[in-house]
Amino acid sequence: MVLLKGNASCQGCPHSIAFKALSYLENPIVLMPAGCSTVIAGLHPNSSLEIPCVHVPFPATPAVSYGLSTGLKKRGIKANVVAWMGDGSVDISYSLLAGSALRNDDIIVIVVDNEAYMNTGVQSSGTTFWKAKTTTSPKGKREERRDVALQMALHRVPYVATASIGYMRDFIKKVKKAGKVEGFRFIHVHCPCPPGWGFESSKTVEIARKAIQCRAWILWEYENKKFRISRISKKAKGDGLKDYLLSQARLRHLSDEDIEEIRRRIEEEWKLLEHLEKL
Amino acid sequence: MGQKKLLTGNHAIAEAVKIAKPDVIAAYPITPQTPIVEKLAEMTENGELDAKFVRVESEYAALSVILGAISAGARGFTATSSQGLLYMYEVCWWVAGSRLPMVMAIATRAIGAPWNIHGDHNDIIVLRDTGWIIGMVENAQEAFDMTLQAFKVSEEVSLPFAVGLDGFQLTHTAEVVEIRDYELPKRKLLPHTIEPSSKFALNAVTSGIPKLKARHEQAKDLEKAKEIIKEVDKEFPVSYGGLVEEYKLEDADYIVVMMGGWCGDAKDAIDLLRKEGIQIGMLRLRFLRPFPTKEIEKLDGNILVVDRSNSDYRGVLGLEVSAVKNGIKNVITGFGGMELDTQDFVKIFKKFVNNEIKDVEWWYGSAER
Amino acid sequence: MRLKMLNDVDYLISKPKIGAAGKTGLWRQFKPVVDEKACKLCKVCILYCPENVIEIVNDQLKIDYEYCKGCGICSNVCISNAIKMVEESE
Repeated sequence: MVLLKGNASCQGCPHSIAFKALSYLENPIVLMPAGCSTVIAGLHPNSSLEIPCVHVPFPATPAVSYGLSTGLKKRGIKANVVAWMGDGSVDISYSLLAGSALRNDDIIVIVVDNEAYMNTGVQSSGTTFWKAKTTTSPKGKREERRDVALQMALHRVPYVATASIGYMRDFIKKVKKAGKVEGFRFIHVHCPCPPGWGFESSKTVEIARKAIQCRAWILWEYENKKFRISRISKKAKGDGLKDYLLSQARLRHLSDEDIEEIRRRIEEEWKLLEHLEKL
Repeated sequence: MGQKKLLTGNHAIAEAVKIAKPDVIAAYPITPQTPIVEKLAEMTENGELDAKFVRVESEYAALSVILGAISAGARGFTATSSQGLLYMYEVCWWVAGSRLPMVMAIATRAIGAPWNIHGDHNDIIVLRDTGWIIGMVENAQEAFDMTLQAFKVSEEVSLPFAVGLDGFQLTHTAEVVEIRDYELPKRKLLPHTIEPSSKFALNAVTSGIPKLKARHEQAKDLEKAKEIIKEVDKEFPVSYGGLVEEYKLEDADYIVVMMGGWCGDAKDAIDLLRKEGIQIGMLRLRFLRPFPTKEIEKLDGNILVVDRSNSDYRGVLGLEVSAVKNGIKNVITGFGGMELDTQDFVKIFKKFVNNEIKDVEWWYGSAER
Repeated sequence: MRLKMLNDVDYLISKPKIGAAGKTGLWRQFKPVVDEKACKLCKVCILYCPENVIEIVNDQLKIDYEYCKGCGICSNVCISNAIKMVEESE
């Protein structure tokens, strides 16, 4: 077990579910910037993590991870160094993340994406869903959302995948795969957050699955320079969008036109991935 | 006697780093530091130095990579200047707070705005509160020597060490430098070295008391570093005097306190004034942190502090020295590569001796204001 | 003379502990109760329990109520409808 019981996560926390996947890595060391995970990991002098953990300044995670991985390699020690990041990966840490991908640093980056800065009280981020209400976008977000996984793949790194805490077996499979590859590995995990998105704590997994079914989140992999839409997303029919959106308080204000616009955007993303798969 | 080479200050540092055998070097280019890491890149590429050279996308990443490497028990080095130091500033606090050793060279340079890529000390002084050991050298030989000593001192006290050398004045001028026969011990592992078997979290969220303790321990160990600096200086092939260098101080009625490359010209001015019978000498600060409080307390005479950096209307060294001694005079000058030669120092020192210097004076030399 | 190396960095180090945030079972408003007859031991609840408080002991699902926060995910993901959320009495 990676995360010990009796930790500080909120009820129904998706990060807590995601942590389970780390137990499938050999010799894991996890590094984390400021965020919900920092608090879940435990306050001094206690740690809620059974594996070694290094807390680092917000933007620094990929670079410190790589330094650690290189330092250990220099000392002849094997490890799977994991940069466990949140929304900051696409904002404050974006240049360091891209730099790390460019060098093909030997680290695994796992982005546990709850689509806003939850730890500071639900502020809008680069991954916040279209039109979602946050405390800094009280009338709904107007900016784009950054598709960081696709951008990482365009750095031609050895392994990139998207995953969801709603489909843990798929996520674990991807983590295991990443653990056996050398170089820069990136997994972007969809993490619906009960207090941040406004739904009951029992529904974290249910909402995550709805996102996959309506393609608001699409599962895919990029390895050996090939894109492949994951089986779960291929089987998803792409319906239930309205139900997915309106089951969250942050999106309950959407008009029918808003929903149609989101549907168009999702279709564009789906088509892009289908094209990439054909390459 | 070691081999002698004609080296710029930057290349003297690279030669010292080569002897220290760091495991990981990460750097981003910035003038006037760049030749240090260019040389180290060359050394690692041609196999002279068995280090991992990491080409990063920013100074923030450079120091972050080193933070990771030294957490893993490896030896790390980086170099920067000015804006670059500011860009990595957050990580400077984390390295010191994590109680990890490393060495960073700082080719000191002005900070914008307005743009200026030339020398002064306004960059390195920002490290004062971080917990880093901060040294400032006078010439290329001392740049070589201090860099080598820095690894030893830093690893002894588990605090990072910044070696400052004046941009262009020292970084880009060549001198004959003796390559010392000096061997560093292997880097020791610490109780908080991170390996897969380390069953703990490092730097988790603290409440008030452990945070207070962390800063207190760091401050105490920075004080202890004074003894280690002196000891390492003594056992080195050449001794500089520890935290300070005393120049013609024994009988001095007038004492100049300065640091950095321009001390050489100022010493020449002191020699000229001595010929005129004026009893003047210099206390050259080799270290800004830990601050040589005792050495300054001991001073007996009129004190003039000449600064290449300021905080509000006063010079930074002026402020530091006046925390120990009352009634000092403070001249602020030499910003942005403004050149002062021996004659400028003769003028300043004569004004000081004649009691014509204001308590704080911004010196423009013969230039029009 | 050599000065003592750094040996105490307790303020930087945090050690693994169950219940780092206390007895989180006290947060619970609804309690997951397992219907042994309906449970097929498929382990899906274990896979998704955020708190890692469910295990199988002697072919039975066992929930550690000392730490279970009562989020209800186990009940929600159960395919056999074998976990009911029951309101905690005062």
